[in-house]
Amino acid sequence: MADGIAEGQGGKKAGEQLAMGLQCPIPISEYPHITLAHGGGGRLTQMLIEKMFVPSFANPALQTLHDGAILDAPSVHLAFSTDSFVVHPIFFPGGDIGSLAVHGTVNDLAMCGARPLALSSALILEEGLPMQDLWRVIQSMQNAARAVGVPIVTGDTKVVDRGKGDGVFINTAGIGVISPNIRVAPTRAQPGDVVLINGAIAVHGIAIMSVREGLEFETALQSDSAPLHDIVARVLDVAGERVHVLRDPTRGGLASTLNEIAASAKVGIRLNEAQIPLDDAVRGACEILGLDPLYVANEGKFLAIVARESAEQVLAAMRAHPLGKAAAIIGEVVAEHPGKVYLRSRIGGMRVVDMLSGEQLPRIC
Amino acid sequence: MKYIDEYHREADAQKFIAAIQRVVTRPWAIMEICGGQTHTLIKFGIDRLLPQQVTLVHGPGCPVCVTPLELIDRAIAIARRPEVIFTSFGDMLRVPGSRDDLLSVKARGGDVRMVYSPLDAVKLAQKNPERQVVFFAVGFETTAPGNAMAVWQAKQLGLQNFSILTSHVLVPPAMEAILGSPSNRVQGFLAAGHVCTVMGYWEYEPIATKYRVPIVVTGFEPLDLLQGIYMMLQQLEAGRAQVENQYTRAVKRAGNVPAQKLIAQVFEVTDRKWRGIGEIPRSGYRLREEFAAFDAEKRFDVGSLTAQESPLCIAGQILQGLKKPRDCSAFGTKCTPEHPLGAPMVSSEGACAAYFSYGRA
Repeated sequence: MADGIAEGQGGKKAGEQLAMGLQCPIPISEYPHITLAHGGGGRLTQMLIEKMFVPSFANPALQTLHDGAILDAPSVHLAFSTDSFVVHPIFFPGGDIGSLAVHGTVNDLAMCGARPLALSSALILEEGLPMQDLWRVIQSMQNAARAVGVPIVTGDTKVVDRGKGDGVFINTAGIGVISPNIRVAPTRAQPGDVVLINGAIAVHGIAIMSVREGLEFETALQSDSAPLHDIVARVLDVAGERVHVLRDPTRGGLASTLNEIAASAKVGIRLNEAQIPLDDAVRGACEILGLDPLYVANEGKFLAIVARESAEQVLAAMRAHPLGKAAAIIGEVVAEHPGKVYLRSRIGGMRVVDMLSGEQLPRIC
Repeated sequence: MKYIDEYHREADAQKFIAAIQRVVTRPWAIMEICGGQTHTLIKFGIDRLLPQQVTLVHGPGCPVCVTPLELIDRAIAIARRPEVIFTSFGDMLRVPGSRDDLLSVKARGGDVRMVYSPLDAVKLAQKNPERQVVFFAVGFETTAPGNAMAVWQAKQLGLQNFSILTSHVLVPPAMEAILGSPSNRVQGFLAAGHVCTVMGYWEYEPIATKYRVPIVVTGFEPLDLLQGIYMMLQQLEAGRAQVENQYTRAVKRAGNVPAQKLIAQVFEVTDRKWRGIGEIPRSGYRLREEFAAFDAEKRFDVGSLTAQESPLCIAGQILQGLKKPRDCSAFGTKCTPEHPLGAPMVSSEGACAAYFSYGRA
């Protein structure tokens, strides 16, 4: 048996080593790849749980290895959210599926105005997945969870036949606590409100595209995947219930998210294209590929719709945070054209910004 | 961003709009040939900034829109074959054939892949010698050099497993078809800058003279289009009918001569059917006899497949500038980007899709 295993069963010293991601504790020589038996519920499943997951995610609620975690909850509003992650490739510039799976659910909770309390993690592994890749993903999940300060308290693992998955799929769910003075909901957007974003759009989507098979292009772009709970807490600190809506514009991009808000609050939204932060590298890639950055996926970005009197304070709070240096006021909520998003183009013309139909497909010429 | 921001400046746009307002004294109908230009006009709201006397009619220059329905059916028939890797530019994948589109062939297990260059398809053929790789080679003169290069390379490499399904079309014959129609209302053309980058603009000079119609070679950024429209209106108001070049930073009169030579080596001019318009003589390219081995229609014997268009769709009249998308009874109701009845609603360059997406309903 490899040294890593012997140490993995040990005490604190081994735990520290694992957390630093030095060595995969599963004997690679014996099981260099995931096999169906790793999901069979027997000895190999137990080995994954005991050697890899529990030491990595170590926390009291998980340690019991019960069918679920039992949590102490303060008697306040709870937020509960779940998200599945199927990103391809699983390792990409600036992140991987593991950190993304933690950030995604933490951010969904943050968008409810909640402080994350606990996460679950369910893995669907494809037979043949290199054990080393799983190890990297698990370490990345743990590093992300530790940075956020949220424990992964329960989980599940299944293995599917080779060809029936794509390496690894991850589902995370999370519970968060909402302070009594916070009332964040898409329906609360109202005429007069101001729309802010914490930085440049479309970075994640373009970074992922740059490494897809058949589409590799050279760019220094890194995914901006990041946990937003802290910057959101700062925004809520300065504006409290005057923060009306928080949303992270992930799939479908800024345009689709704002359309959803306009529809559910029955208000109109007007954007000013010249104010929307956009990096040159992203803009260049979008021009070449014929994509509209308004529809490209984001991570680590959020929209805040706030009462006008708090807009400058919120902007200052965002810009004071490392994840909001390029924050900007990009538009306003209006009573006209309810349910529709309009954009004032860079040259001053107006147009509707619609929901995306299907996937954005690159053009012929 | 250099070479982009210069063409998006609001102050400069306002100057051109003021200049256009000063020069216009009468109503004029101008056709922009290319769907990319239609897209910019609507996306930046240029159509709403122009004086009311200026009507922009949207031309047939959308390769997705004018590709005949039966060709899409043939593509689908080929893509369904288990030995085939079917490759295409992204926006052809969603175009519905008579019953299906290429994306649903992929969903049912067909090997359909999006590529960014026909040369990537050649590489795929080299990497997969046991499979047949087919590239869907549609488009105007702009994409012809790349497609010609792919076939030429495949021949040099001696590839037995590469072919193209082609329906290339050409701009000048389509312009003549529009100008020759008794119901024509187009008084001036903004020629497609990208096409002219390859072909130059000498071939438009006889058209301007014969039909007494001004033609301005125009780029694709908002300021390009505003300047092109301004140059066009100056000609129309002065009664001139010349070929002028707004897109001087990319287009020369002779065009890209090596690219033209390569096209001529691989392709020859042929009659072509245009979706919604019908057959136009000598309006497209087909592979020359010495490259016939790379013709997917022959290799997979799908040349006899025919198809019937939706009777509700008025794509032909829209592509000829006779009607606007909102003149169609199916627009936005029976025909939407999710359920397109005709090609102009499918492609992001199509006039109907541009009107729908940017709220010109």
